[in-house]
Amino acid sequence: MSALLEASALRKRFGGVVAVDDCTFSVASGTVTGLIGPNGSGKTTVFNLVTGYVGADGGAVTFDGVHIRRPSPALLARRGLIRTFQQARIFPQLTLVENLVLALPQPWWGFGRASVGREERLRAEHLLDEFGLLAHADVAAGELSYGQQKLLEFAATLMSRPKLVLLDEPTAGVNPVVVERITSHVRRLNEQGLTFLVVEHDMNVVMSLCDPVIVLDGGATIAEGKPHEVQRDPAVLDAYLGE
Amino acid sequence: MSRIRLAGATRAAIVIGALALFPFLVGQQWVQIGVLTLMYAGLATAWNLVGGYAGYVSLGHVAFFGVGAYAVAVAFTRWFSIGGGYRPFYVLPLIGIGVALVSVPIGWIAFRTRAATFAIVTLTLLFVVQQLAFNLHSLTQGSLGILLPQPSFPNSEYEQPFYYAMLGLLVLGLLVSRWVATSKLGLTLFAIRDDEDRARGLGERVTLAKLMAFALSTGLAGMIGAVWAYHLGQIYPQFAVDPLITIGMVLMVYLGGKGSLWGPVLGALILVPAQQELAYDYGSSELYLIAYAGVFLAVMLVMPRGILPSLTEQWRRRSARSRPTRPSQRAEEPATS
Repeated sequence: MSALLEASALRKRFGGVVAVDDCTFSVASGTVTGLIGPNGSGKTTVFNLVTGYVGADGGAVTFDGVHIRRPSPALLARRGLIRTFQQARIFPQLTLVENLVLALPQPWWGFGRASVGREERLRAEHLLDEFGLLAHADVAAGELSYGQQKLLEFAATLMSRPKLVLLDEPTAGVNPVVVERITSHVRRLNEQGLTFLVVEHDMNVVMSLCDPVIVLDGGATIAEGKPHEVQRDPAVLDAYLGE
Repeated sequence: MSRIRLAGATRAAIVIGALALFPFLVGQQWVQIGVLTLMYAGLATAWNLVGGYAGYVSLGHVAFFGVGAYAVAVAFTRWFSIGGGYRPFYVLPLIGIGVALVSVPIGWIAFRTRAATFAIVTLTLLFVVQQLAFNLHSLTQGSLGILLPQPSFPNSEYEQPFYYAMLGLLVLGLLVSRWVATSKLGLTLFAIRDDEDRARGLGERVTLAKLMAFALSTGLAGMIGAVWAYHLGQIYPQFAVDPLITIGMVLMVYLGGKGSLWGPVLGALILVPAQQELAYDYGSSELYLIAYAGVFLAVMLVMPRGILPSLTEQWRRRSARSRPTRPSQRAEEPATS
């Protein structure tokens, strides 16, 4: 298995706080890699650095064999790396279909085309069907429940057929039924060859879904391995429970 | 789908047809008010491309209006004659393209900011252009202003050419708006309005989309400014780059309905004649500002989204409430038969 995403020696400080310090990890192609750690350990900052939402102070990111000198969200999205956010982020005033079609980046000369092409609509409807949202296809996304919005955001990441999806707490704030649906979608898509990097707080989800698991503490990787190994790692126990 | 399109085209034909017939039915003083109304309708429509579609509240649009005004004033006092009087209208496309090109680097800088900061940056632009107009004496004659040559249109129909020029620009603005709203560009702009960071994260070219909308919008404003200058016959920095024009166009968009096609036009059709009426009846030209404030308050309280979207929403709710009986009956039919 080759590494799809490699981050080496990432560093970021906010004022006097070192959020990420010498963080190195890689995500192998075809895995569902978990990224865990106690609150404030730098998980989301790592996400932001890798996807270019926040500029790193140092370190390097390689995606799909290409060294990304200055990560930018749009550039990485076009290369096949898409992320979700902790709080579901959708376009509330646009319909579900439009939300999905927007996830297909356009070349600049494509601005003149019809906002939703026929084929794009078919693909969007197909995805909405998979996620059980087809009945709401032409409803404004803001009218969905929070759980449905999470599903929509997830569905949108798949629209452009990415290589790697970064899920930032995909099950936070949703009910167990939706959690179950999201995890089963991740499993199914992973079987189809899609790679995931998942930040998650729910340990049951992590243990059942992720392999391998990377543990962060104080902005650095302290452990990496199979979920049950990581669970027994003294450094990890120490980070979570304190001395 | 096509029925909706047909209904839209019919509505547009009726409104534009009525506006085109208007000068035949009334006297010159009303046509003059019509020129002003159409001017604001066009400006509001242009502003809506950026403020309504992309959600970027620009307070500097009048700067480009002023650039267009000075372009025509300088060109036709120094370099060219107005010929039969129609020549300034023929160069409007050039002025539009020129102003749009000038606006791109400015927009590129301004669009690095958002929300309130963007409003302030663009407002600053307004004063920069006004100061330039005051101080670039050799070009603008500063506070002396520029007196444009007067066309030899017959007195009984003097206002007509200006009226139809403004109407043409409004129609152009509406066509551009309609095209943008139904294209990928519009979808990207709407996404920017809702959540720009996410749009960027999905790989959309947000900066390019914003700049395209800005260029289209400022180009229209520049052409309208050019017609305005020619119509007025004399321009001064404080009137060509007047904050009140900016406030007017923004207010009309909010009144009629931000982001809708006809909202800005409706806003102008209500506010401009009302403003003229106040000016005539009460003699004070500043009184309308109080009325502006009153209108704005009423809109915020009663229809915060503007007249058109609020009415459409109400109509949609009402028809949705009365509908449920029929589709369910139809759905049951196959089962029973």
